[in-house]
Amino acid sequence: MILMILILVLLFGGIAAGFSGRMNTMLPRWISVGAIAINLFISLWMAAQPNTNSSPWLLQLKLNWIPSFGISFHLALDGISLLMIILTFFLGIIAVAISWNEIHFRVGFFHFNLLWVLAGITGVFLTMDLFLFYFFWEVMLIPMYFLIGIWGHENRQYAAYKFFIFTQASGLLMLMSIIALYFVHGQATDQYTFNYFDLLGTSMNKQTAQWIMLGFLAAFVVKLPVIPFHTWLPDAHTEAPTAGSLILAGLLLKTGAYGLIRFILPLFPEQSAAIAPVAMALGVTGIVYGAVQAYGQTDLKRLIAYSSVSHMGFVMLGVFALTEIALQGVVMQMITHGISTGALFIIAGLLYERIRTRDVTQMGGFWKSIPVASVITLIFAMASLGLPGLGNFVAEFLTLIGSWSANKTMTLIATIGIVFATAYSLRIMQKVFLGKSRLEHHQSLADLTARERLILLPLVIVIILLGVHPQPAIDLAKDGLQKTLNREFQAPKEPKIINPNYQTLTVPATEKGVHHE
Amino acid sequence: MNRSDLYSLTPLLILSSAAILNFFSISIKRNHKVIFAITVLSLIGDFIFLTSYSLYHQQHIDPLLVVDGFGIFNIGLILLTTLVVALMSYAYFEQREERKEEYYILLILAALGACIMVISKHFVSFFLGLEVLSVSLYSLIAYLRTRERSDEAGIKYLILAAFSSAFLLFGMSLIYATTGKMDFGGIGYYLTTTQDIPLIMMAGLGMLIVGAGFKLGVVPFHMWTPDVYEGAPTPVTAFIATVSKGGMIALLVRFFNAINGYQYESFTNLFTVLSIASMFVGNILALRQTNLKRILAYSSISHIGYLLVAFLSGGSMGAQATTFYLVAYFITTLGAFGIIATLSDQHRDAELIDDYRGLLWRRPLTAVAFSAMLLSLAGIPLTAGFIAKFYVITAGIGTQHWLLVFCLVVNSVIGLYYYIKIIAVMFDQKLQIKSAKELHPLVYVISSVTIAVLAVFLFWLGVSPEGMLSLIDDVI
Repeated sequence: MILMILILVLLFGGIAAGFSGRMNTMLPRWISVGAIAINLFISLWMAAQPNTNSSPWLLQLKLNWIPSFGISFHLALDGISLLMIILTFFLGIIAVAISWNEIHFRVGFFHFNLLWVLAGITGVFLTMDLFLFYFFWEVMLIPMYFLIGIWGHENRQYAAYKFFIFTQASGLLMLMSIIALYFVHGQATDQYTFNYFDLLGTSMNKQTAQWIMLGFLAAFVVKLPVIPFHTWLPDAHTEAPTAGSLILAGLLLKTGAYGLIRFILPLFPEQSAAIAPVAMALGVTGIVYGAVQAYGQTDLKRLIAYSSVSHMGFVMLGVFALTEIALQGVVMQMITHGISTGALFIIAGLLYERIRTRDVTQMGGFWKSIPVASVITLIFAMASLGLPGLGNFVAEFLTLIGSWSANKTMTLIATIGIVFATAYSLRIMQKVFLGKSRLEHHQSLADLTARERLILLPLVIVIILLGVHPQPAIDLAKDGLQKTLNREFQAPKEPKIINPNYQTLTVPATEKGVHHE
Repeated sequence: MNRSDLYSLTPLLILSSAAILNFFSISIKRNHKVIFAITVLSLIGDFIFLTSYSLYHQQHIDPLLVVDGFGIFNIGLILLTTLVVALMSYAYFEQREERKEEYYILLILAALGACIMVISKHFVSFFLGLEVLSVSLYSLIAYLRTRERSDEAGIKYLILAAFSSAFLLFGMSLIYATTGKMDFGGIGYYLTTTQDIPLIMMAGLGMLIVGAGFKLGVVPFHMWTPDVYEGAPTPVTAFIATVSKGGMIALLVRFFNAINGYQYESFTNLFTVLSIASMFVGNILALRQTNLKRILAYSSISHIGYLLVAFLSGGSMGAQATTFYLVAYFITTLGAFGIIATLSDQHRDAELIDDYRGLLWRRPLTAVAFSAMLLSLAGIPLTAGFIAKFYVITAGIGTQHWLLVFCLVVNSVIGLYYYIKIIAVMFDQKLQIKSAKELHPLVYVISSVTIAVLAVFLFWLGVSPEGMLSLIDDVI
């Protein structure tokens, strides 16, 4: 029930914020902060509970929704989802706080959209029913579209279209795959259901599985994004308002990574192994290409956006390395990238508020006038290039170790990619904060206010904590990741099956004897 | 005809008497309010009467009609749709100078024709219903006769509909010439007993499809759609888009199930071509339009294409998907045209995209409702349109129509572009001075409530479709 409450709080909070915007422009902000804070508190409390279950599933909720199609409202929580929803609510509060002074136009509607995006994302991280998953997957798009399209920068309409159409098209391919899987499973077992745990053991011939997996993959690689499906990302990130960029980079991209871990690997183990070399190659290409592109940008937000492409390449590399350490690295990468890139977007937004430009060629020598902002930027630029002691280092290090055993060439190239990351991260520092002061064009420049420091400080603390003591996060995700790789997923709260042969997917499908084209 | 026959036909009788009552009322005194009240009350009364039937009601009125669950469901749908059209017509016609009273008679008669179509099982009753519907529509489309475009649309529809009726009649007579039967069951029996279908029979069925295709506005018989949609009064456009097309779809479902047309590859291939062509042509032509009524016209062409995917899936799954899609499409289309009607003023309809610029900031609730309708047309979750699209894709994949489903997916994406283009205009921050002036100063409570109810249904079906799914499951 708690899981349902998490989503309902956001949905109703959004509606309340939307309506209260008519009375008062401060009310929506406080309602949003309150709603997200409740959720953050609940999820932290859940994380503090010791897991006494033998299965990795901490909680679950299953209600009938559309029984005619075997669709249930099925939520479940394991360590990976828990980490993800904590990240969601943490960045959610920051997103509200950062919009405090930035958004003045239709404040109520803005916060309505913000909370509904978060609700959609929470749903995606929790659902265990494939139809419901698609449902939430789409629900998070429309408010995001509005966030970009209404409150974005100059070229917002184009960016919003592009974002929406890319994600919709790939999402529909996933819907086709979901329905195809539904029928393949239904015809084999005569049990028509969208339940994740039932579909896990579906037996199908290789060809079918290949096609079905490609549909799922389409949605996830566009969202992640993987080269060459990344072209929506620089536009969307650049044109979105700061809160929008933060949510896009910090959370929306993570739904793609989460999908790869939660659905692609367990549902199609053999096929993922088969495409692993290609997928890893794409990931590595992304790492290098994103970094090179980032280096060449003059628009600060675009630069950060391309660095996301590069960082998400590590996710693709790590997931398809198919080793536990690499997956640990991926989960860490999802969290640390959300925080470090989010923070960089916040700083870009704060600079934009002050000097009304994102063009780095018009910046320079800001260190003297805004030392606090400069130091914080330095921390996150260092995080982005993978400096030991900060969270991103742990993530990338684990990913590279894990991938080494799977594919040495790829890992080598990826490591070289980190050198490029150093180049663009240092370029941010050099162009914006160091060098000759260009301040005469912009008169005076105010350093961070107390509110802004209060926003950035938690991010700094978390990224350092994750860098020096990542073990709690790793422990939380461990169980789920192991099950994913060992293909021994089972529905929560079922009697534990002792029989070691219970590895559904490795049992030859001949007993069922039904192959579908 | 015995008492139970009469009982089964009562809904049609109520409609006919309502039309006659309206005649008398006009001859005594012209009063828009009275006529409107008679129309609305008789439609509501008729619907309430309809709910007294059991879902498994089955009454054959040989040789022409059969009143069964499917028919009752569709009659109910037609009645409710007509009711909504009537409700939105009041405000629309009240501000126009023409004599408004006869409009309601024609509307009721058109609904009557559609009701006959959905319960007919014989060519004669089919044709009778179709003509009652079409003839009423000729005058309904040209009802605002002082407006040039309305006349043009009326003439265009008259000529093309008459043309398609001729095709239909010719087709029927060819089929009669080969089989000697005019009832669907008889034709189906003939087909099961014959190995090779004679060429004349094929030609007849082909012409039947041409005639039906005109009514549905599928490509390549779609030329009339944008002009008629644009020229007709907005409530009439809503009626054409829903009742007229839905009645024909329901009839096709019945006919194809009776003759088991799904087993003939030539027919399914033909419909596959029609469906794919409609999807692509409709969506691509809609991309560059600036007139909202024309956009919706092209979008309706592509939606019929989607519907044919469900139709082609055949079996009970296909029929259910078709019916559910119709319900969702009816709600959405009525809502969209209802909003156009409420925003229209006495000189012209609010049909240009620019009329909607910044609507969200002027009339937030209307804009949200309209966005919901458009998102439903695009098939986005939380709306009825999503469940409908999901059902169609499910039906298509379940019967392995991969090509059709793939085209549907591609077209959903193309369609998305022009739907969100309209939404983007409504959410535009720039308030234009021109559009800051309200097109329609009066707030018409009836229209607003109607739209609100439609929007509630839209979300209700989108979030909790189980009730409607099992209802449809019961009647088919």
